[in-house]
This record gives sequence, C-alpha cells and structure tokens, in this order.
Amino acid sequence: MSIYDKPVPFAILAVAVISVGTLVTTFIPMFFPSTQPVSPLVKPYTAPEVEGRDIYLREGCNNCHTQTVRPLRTEVARYGDYSKPEEFAYDRPFLWGSRRTGPDLARLGGKYPDAWHYRHMTSPQGMFEKSNMPAYPWLAKARLDTSLTARKVKVLGYGYDGAEVSRQLAALRQTVTSPGYASASVRSQVTPEPLRGELTELDAIVAYMQRLGRDLKTAQRGAGGPAVAEAAEGKNPFAGDRAAEEEGERTFKENCRSCHGEKGAGGFGPKLSLKAHKFGNADADLFASVAEGRPGGMPAFLPQLGKDRVWKVVAYIRRLERE
Amino acid sequence: MADGERGDSIVKGFALTSVFWLIVGLLVGLWLAAEMIFPALNLAPWLSFGRLRVVHTNGLVYGFAIPGIIACSYYMVEKLTRSPLAFPGLARFQLWLFNVAIALAALSLFAGMNTSKEYSELEWPLDVVVVVLWVMFAVVVMGTLVRRREKQMYVSLWFLIACVVTVAVVYILNNLAVPVSWNKSYSAYAGVNDANVQWWFGHNAVASVFTFPILAMFYYFLPKSTGVPIYSHRLSIIAFWSLVFGYLWTGAHHLMLTPLPEWIQTVALAFSMFLIAPSWGSVVNGYYTMGGNWGEVKSNYLTKFFLLGITFYGLQTVQGPTQALRSLTGFLHYTEYIPGHVHMGTMGWVTMVISASMYFVVARVSGGEVYSVKLANVHFWLILVGQLLFTVTLWVAGIVQGAMWKATNADGSLTYSFLDSVAAMYPFWSVRLLGGLLYFAGIAVFAYNLYMTSRPKMQAA
Repeated sequence: MSIYDKPVPFAILAVAVISVGTLVTTFIPMFFPSTQPVSPLVKPYTAPEVEGRDIYLREGCNNCHTQTVRPLRTEVARYGDYSKPEEFAYDRPFLWGSRRTGPDLARLGGKYPDAWHYRHMTSPQGMFEKSNMPAYPWLAKARLDTSLTARKVKVLGYGYDGAEVSRQLAALRQTVTSPGYASASVRSQVTPEPLRGELTELDAIVAYMQRLGRDLKTAQRGAGGPAVAEAAEGKNPFAGDRAAEEEGERTFKENCRSCHGEKGAGGFGPKLSLKAHKFGNADADLFASVAEGRPGGMPAFLPQLGKDRVWKVVAYIRRLERE
Repeated sequence: MADGERGDSIVKGFALTSVFWLIVGLLVGLWLAAEMIFPALNLAPWLSFGRLRVVHTNGLVYGFAIPGIIACSYYMVEKLTRSPLAFPGLARFQLWLFNVAIALAALSLFAGMNTSKEYSELEWPLDVVVVVLWVMFAVVVMGTLVRRREKQMYVSLWFLIACVVTVAVVYILNNLAVPVSWNKSYSAYAGVNDANVQWWFGHNAVASVFTFPILAMFYYFLPKSTGVPIYSHRLSIIAFWSLVFGYLWTGAHHLMLTPLPEWIQTVALAFSMFLIAPSWGSVVNGYYTMGGNWGEVKSNYLTKFFLLGITFYGLQTVQGPTQALRSLTGFLHYTEYIPGHVHMGTMGWVTMVISASMYFVVARVSGGEVYSVKLANVHFWLILVGQLLFTVTLWVAGIVQGAMWKATNADGSLTYSFLDSVAAMYPFWSVRLLGGLLYFAGIAVFAYNLYMTSRPKMQAA
C-alpha cells in the first residue's frame, strides 16, 4: 500500500504540496499593508484616462513597454524616479510588463506636450527614423466609445458617479476641441475632419499617457539639484568652443530636434534660433531649461545627458542665435 | 478492442490539432520577427505587434502544447493503466470543443479583446471554456486511473496528475475578474498584488505545462523508444516531490527590483536556486538511463530528440535561476536575453520532446511505423540549428542592449539614448528571423511527416 497506487489521494496530496508556496508567497501577503499601500497623493484615474488605459490594453502596448522604474542609478537617470508600490493602487490590471522593446513609460506623464504624442502615435518613424514602433493612425479615426465608461468606473470602485464621468468626458472634449488648445494644429492634422469636434480613441490614450507616474512627480517638482544652483552662479565653460558646439549639435539632433526642429527652427517646442528666449537669455536660464525642464512639455535632460553635455547644447544654441 | 480503437482516434485527433496550431503559431511568430525589423508590416490593427504577440504566445501554449500534451497523455494513460480511456464520448466532444475554442480565442485576440495578463490574456467567457475543457481532461485522466488494471502508477502518471491539478489552480486564481460586459473585465486584484498573482501564475504555467507533462513524456517515451528502463526510481521520487513543492515559491523572480515587497523577491530567488537540484535530478536520470549507450543516438532516430531535449531542459533550469540573481537581473531583465531564454525552453526542450513523442504515438495508433525516418532526421537538424541560431543571437543581443542601457560617462550621465539601443538591435533581429525561418522549415517537415504517418495504412500500401 502506498500513495503511488491511489490516484485520488495522490491528487489531493499534490494540491496540498503546491499550496504551501502559494499561500506563503502569494495569498497570505495579499492582506499585508505592504502589498496594498495607499497614498493621499495617488488618485484614481479619470474617466477619459480609464478609456485610454483600456485602449492601451487592447492594442497590447504592455508587450513592448514596461511601466516600472527599478531603483538602479542608470534607470533613474533614463526614466525618472523609481516606482513606488502605492503608485499602482488603482491599476487593475497592473501593467509593469516584461520586455522593453520600447522605453519604460512609468514616468511618461507630462514629459512631452500632447502634440508630441499626436504626431508620434500616428507616425513614429516620421519623428525617429530608427524607431520600430508600429504606427497607430486608426486611433485618431475612431470615435471614443463611452457607452460603458460609467459602468467601468463603478466596477473599478473609483468612487465617482455617472454624472461625474459625463462631466470629465465633456471637459476633455472641451479642452481638445477648443481653438486655443496648445496642440490643436497637430491634432487637426491627424484627426479626420468629421471627428475633430469629437473625442477620439487617440485623445483618450494621450490623456492616459499624460497621467502616467505623474501623481508623485508633481509632488516632487522644484527640486533642481546642485547642478542648477551651480549653473546660476557661472557662465558656460564651453562658450565659443568650436568642438563643444559640434558635440552639442550632435546631442541636439538626437534629443532636441524632434520638438525644436532642424537647427532650432521651431516645432512643438519654441523656436531657438533667436536672441530672446521664453525663459530668459542668461546662460544659467538656458541651462536650467535643458537641465530640469519647463512646464508645458519640456523634459528634464540633466540626469540623462549630464552637466557637460547640457552646457555643450547651450553652446550650440548660442551658435544658432548667431547664425 | 473497441475501446482502445476509440482512444486511438482521439489521440490522433489531438495530435493533428496540435500540429495545425503549431504551424499557425509559428507563422505568426515569423511575422512578428519581421515586424521588429520592418515596422511598416504593422499593416492593420489586427496585424499590429501588440495584438499579434498575444496570438503567438497563446496560440502555441494553448493551441500547440496543450493538445500535444493531451494526445500523449491519453496514450500514456491507456498504456500505463492497461485500461481503455474512460469516457471516450466525453474525450471526443472535448476534441471538437477544443478546436472551436482555440479558433474563437485567436479571433478574439486579433480583435484586441485581452486582459493583458501574460499567457492568460483571454477574456472571461473563453476563460470559462478553458476551465470546462480542463475539467473534461481531468475527468478522463482520473477516471481512467481509477479504473486501471495496473496497480502501481508509474512516475509519468504522477507528473500528469501534478499537471492536471496545478494548471487548474493557477489558471482559475489568476483569471479571477469582474466582468463589465461580455468581452471586457477587470482583474480582481490591484497593483502589486495583481503583479504577484500574475507571475505566480506565469511561472507555474511554465511549470505545469512546459515541465510536468513534458517530463511525463520524457520518463515514458525515452525508455519506450530505447527499450531500457529508467535509471533510478528513487531519484525520480525525490525529483518529483521537490520540484512540485519548490516551483510554487518562485514566481516573484519575474518581479525582481520592482515595487513588490523585497522579502517575496528574496524567497523566490532562494527557491529558484533550490530548483536546480530536482530539475537536474531528471536530467541525470535521463543521461544514466542511456548508461553510456550513446550509439543509440545514431541508430534510433527518436533518442536524439529526447537527449537533446533534456539537455536544453538542464541548461534552461540553470540559466533561469541565475538570470534572476539581483545583479544579473538588473542587467538582463527587459532585454532580448529573456526571449532568448524562453525560446530555448520552448523550441529546444518542449518541442523536441513533444514532436518525438508524437512520432511514437501517431505511428502506434495508426498501426505502423513513422512515414520517413530520413525526414525525421531532417526535421531534427533544422529545428536544432534554427533554435540555436535564434537563442544564441538573442542572448548576445540582450547583453549588448543591457550594456548600452547601463553605460555611463565619467560625469555619471548616460552614454546612449534609448534609440541608440534600438538601432543596435537590427542586425541581431535579422539573424533571429533567419533562425526562425530555419526552425519553421524543420517544423513544416515534421508536420508533413506526421500527417503521412497518421494516414490509414490501406491508402499508404
């Protein structure tokens, strides 16, 4: 008599054996505070963001993009502050992903202006020749289906009602269709005429992407760091240095051209080949803009480029002014 | 015996189902590999990479591996119990329902109906169908075992029982969700917990689909095709229980350095290291079974599939735990190294063992021998070379990519933009596509050879 000649008790024993690790590592910790932390700074998604997130799921964006920044120095430099557990409290399902065929998106929100996303989603190779991201032109051609939104928000338990859902959807529609919308011209270029007055799927996914990782980032804004304070004291160490200007030009082509245009002629971002700049004309002002970014879509480049390359870009901008 | 004949046609049906979806899944895989290089191939929404990748993974897990496992399991269960399959009518209905479900699954994923949870992307109505199909499998297997005429259950049957219960537990718990409509639902878990449950599932789906039943086949078909009994029964007992116990602790090694509580990651890592021992228990058992009789590899066309298969299993089970070590995961995770790892397991271990087992099974249930040993050898070499080209290329690509992501200048700033790291991948992706094409050629030969083997013998004569 042994367990090896009794199939049913054997199956029950097998279930017991697989339950041990399951209980210890997965199901008991489920009720610990450490796996369900909350923060007053982290808010549920809005109704348009819920719809945008569902489009992100439908198109399988998570197959190529992660949404979690690991606490590694180079990763923080590339993507921004590392991810905290409380930031995902409203994520059902979670979207951390497993492969970075494209970059991590956990801190994408607010990094670029909406116009950048409208152009990029419809034509990635138009902005970055070597990118292998698929284009998603059909999102701009599809009216956003909001028939289930109120139900979705209810199932997700986000704590606001159907009237609030309608209000939020109307507010986004108001924003993106108004002539004063900062990204209005690019949006009209990619959106077919009959849909320009409506909310499209692209509007929703852009709203979602602009939200990503933003709750904690907003709370931390304004921490410029010693490099910016140091820059305020001095002049560009590479001013007038020909070789440095050329290196600045290379860096500019890789990182700045997609928004500020060829030779700084202007695009989503302001024109740079002129003497009067939006945030001041001192070396320190230009350094601060490139290093820590500016509201309205200018990303911070200091962590990625480092002090010297930022100064070299400033030197190149000065050359553009002269030309 | 009438019952036996009925079992035979069901086995054959599942085997051919498996090969059909194998071809479909690999064609989708080739298209994906080409899309990596030429993004213009994302021609339509349902051909875009994000949707198609899910069709590839689900198509091969649920369309190829599962019916292949069912075919070989029904065969093994009949032989090892010396009893006909219980409930043949149920099994026949299961075969029919299975093909309908896989077709609907593929269509729904093309349409973008997916939950985003890796390897369990199907929306809730299809999850229900998957569970029903699995219950049918469990009823047929357990029913046959209960009515068996052979007293002792051989090690293959233990692995089969472990497969039946583990798949059921992990699939159901990971897919718990609240429906919003007939084709949309939200996970029952949020954030960190959802991640933890998902990778507990993800890793144990690998255990219970790509390990337990494949080991069951290995332990049965290697001795069957060589005529030599397995080297150590005691070793297989130890390896079985420690494998089944250890696997369930390790899911979080997919989540190293994420916001998941650190102790869960560390426990997962420790158990991953521990798992090398029972995994190699089976590898060593297989090698010793050959007992130095390596000439078999030349004289018996099936032996080399099993030995290469178990060798890739051995490599896979060392590579997996080591790449989860914190210092290495920081470097390798999210790079091409990981798809390289996965494809050694699936293209090397799983497919080698399933295809060899199916040659054996389909030849037997069709009342003859394999159609062509020569074609089987061509099949073997093409999938071996294709797989090695594919996986080694991706490992190197992953190391290059990881190094570029980590490279810094003297002042601590990053040397390469993300786009630089994408541009560096194109040559590797081209070689990977070539490896995939070779592999596909091998599988096409396999499909033809197996189909010809399955044809009624009156026609062949």
